[in-house]
Amino acid sequence: MNNVLQIVWLIPFLPLLGFLITGLFRNNLSKGASGFIASAAIFGSFALSLFVFFLVKAGNTHVAHYFNLLKIESLTVPFEFKIDQLSTLFLLIITGVGFLIHVYSTSYMHDEDSKDFSKYFSYLNLFVFSMLLLVMGGNYVIMFFGWEGVGLCSYLLIGYWFKNNDYTNAAKKAFIMNRIGDLGFLLGLFWLISIIGTVSYDEVFSAASLAKLSTTDITGITLLFFIGACGKSAQIPLYTWLPDAMAGPTPVSALIHAATMVTAGIYMIARSNVLYTMAPATQNVVAIIGLTTAIVAATIAIKQNDIKKVLAYSTVSQLGYMFLGLGVGAYTGAVFHVMTHAFFKALLFLGAGSVIHAMGGEQDMRNMGGLKKYMSITNMTFLLGCIAISGMPPFSGFFSKDEILAGAFAKSPLLWGIGVVGAMMTAFYMFRLYAMTFLGKFRGTHEQEHHLHESPKAITFPLIILAILAVVGGWVGIPEIFMHGGHKLEAFLEPVFTQSNAIAVKHEISHNTEFLIMGISVILSLLSLLFGLKIFSNYKYENEAPATGIARVLENKWYVDEIYDKIITQPLKSLAAFFDNVVEKKGIDGLVNGTGKFVNYGSRQLRWLQSGQVGAYILLMVIGMLLLFIIQLFIKN
Amino acid sequence: MDIKAYIALSLTLFTIGIVGVLTRRNAIIVFMCVEVMLNAVNLLLVAFSNMHAASTAAKALPTFASDAQIFVFFIMIVAAAEVSVGLSIIVMLYRNTHSIDVNFLNRLKN
Repeated sequence: MNNVLQIVWLIPFLPLLGFLITGLFRNNLSKGASGFIASAAIFGSFALSLFVFFLVKAGNTHVAHYFNLLKIESLTVPFEFKIDQLSTLFLLIITGVGFLIHVYSTSYMHDEDSKDFSKYFSYLNLFVFSMLLLVMGGNYVIMFFGWEGVGLCSYLLIGYWFKNNDYTNAAKKAFIMNRIGDLGFLLGLFWLISIIGTVSYDEVFSAASLAKLSTTDITGITLLFFIGACGKSAQIPLYTWLPDAMAGPTPVSALIHAATMVTAGIYMIARSNVLYTMAPATQNVVAIIGLTTAIVAATIAIKQNDIKKVLAYSTVSQLGYMFLGLGVGAYTGAVFHVMTHAFFKALLFLGAGSVIHAMGGEQDMRNMGGLKKYMSITNMTFLLGCIAISGMPPFSGFFSKDEILAGAFAKSPLLWGIGVVGAMMTAFYMFRLYAMTFLGKFRGTHEQEHHLHESPKAITFPLIILAILAVVGGWVGIPEIFMHGGHKLEAFLEPVFTQSNAIAVKHEISHNTEFLIMGISVILSLLSLLFGLKIFSNYKYENEAPATGIARVLENKWYVDEIYDKIITQPLKSLAAFFDNVVEKKGIDGLVNGTGKFVNYGSRQLRWLQSGQVGAYILLMVIGMLLLFIIQLFIKN
Repeated sequence: MDIKAYIALSLTLFTIGIVGVLTRRNAIIVFMCVEVMLNAVNLLLVAFSNMHAASTAAKALPTFASDAQIFVFFIMIVAAAEVSVGLSIIVMLYRNTHSIDVNFLNRLKN
């Protein structure tokens, strides 16, 4: 118990403290003060995370047990934090990227009232707290607390500008979609508890517990957990909330809807890797859903014109890749992609935020163009981010995406083939985005052109840091074929996945094949990158004909929202109308009013008996007595 | 004497009482009819008591036969009390309405 890692409770505690201070004193704190407190809290967590990281790297993993959260008969749920390689890596991503985004926000949100400014930072701190709880929790219940907490913060921050009705609707949509997933997670959790009777990771993944699970149990539990992951990580069929979540402030999109919260599902599956490896059926489902999402979202991204919407669909698509990685058993690859994606997608979102800031709130790329001239730092960092996400060597996206694709190839060349098509589309739409925004001629109004400027330091500083990370972040995972022992991340994460590596069926691919598939995907991506650049670098708004055929379908996002509306929302509304008009108004009201009417009518009739005539009363009495006599006569004999 | 004769007499008196109560409107006559019914029952009680006096049960338990006879006295006393109350009600009725017609007593209606 004297392990120095026992103090890890400080890591989530600091953001919680920051949340309480900025939240409770929001009326009194100046903008500078609340921004500083919130950022300092996250920086403190980041420093502690670094400290913890080095301890863990030295081989010191620890389950910090604090107290028992609840105890019901044989089920004990302790409040504990599990500090191992996986959670430490996530800690660094969350606090590191989180800190940069806090710094960025101090400048980006500067136009808000100081009260709203504090509110924003308190939400942001609460989010980081919940996210830390999620990844540090030593059992599924603590994870679920964090899971719900990030869902709540996501709702609050999407609806931050709650006076706009569309934004509140987007927030509600995100919350409800997440709740559907959460229900799956919760059911899976109950199932797990009912069979194993414990929730702590170490106990659940012990051989004794795993032996209790039948194939049906394990497939069911993992599928239900996957539904939870679908909700949180925006996979088909629950992905539609993420593009709408772009209603929130741009730094929020970067932090919650690109770098951290949406990776919660991947963290959860990576954490439960043993269970998933034991359920090949679920793994196939995960891989197929992931790949489908990656492709569908990429096709939609090609035809979007809102800069944040493109990035949102790109996020959905990249998350699909991560699930593909998880599904084919390339857990390290998936976690690696979480890391690199956090860098370059946060960078892209923050860059987009910088552009939107300069354009005075304009988000439509058709009205941008030629911004390269005005915003050199944003342009440079954004370009690096685009190259990274397109998977060009030696940028970070190349290594992580390639590892996932290699894993997919080992499982089935078909998965790999489709994955490469997705990667090509990624390169295409990212450079369409880049070209439409930064190249060509400016297409906005004169007023906007006059207003164009490079963003202040608080915005460019995080961009530069993230750009560096987006370039070099992949170098911790250089594949074996380039450099022996180059995959430091795999070596680091190895203890987490030992158990599943022992069970998993290994598909080794030769080094030549690996070179070949790597080469094919890079060349194809490069071609589509150049193609995208060529078409859109001289984009003109005027000569665009209205979209027809498949382009129109893509522009309308495969009509998924409309289909959901038709098959779920409308029938539910009709059902509600039926219950309202028929069951409620006719049935229940009829019953209640009917009782009243019957009593009213009945008493009106019975009133005639009370004639006031003494003779009549006595007559009735005599008749009654006679009746009683007769009845008694019959009963007796 | 045969018990049947007493029962017949008692039934006759009781029926006269019921018919009287049901048909007459004069409160005093109604009241008298009630008394007739009461005494019809009394008569029956005494007759049955006498009949049982000769039975074996009465020989084993001496108070068995005399209980009913004592009951009758109680009933008479209660009836006397009731008569005084009833008559005073009728007097009050007459004072208030100047009538002793029971059908006139429907003022509480409506």
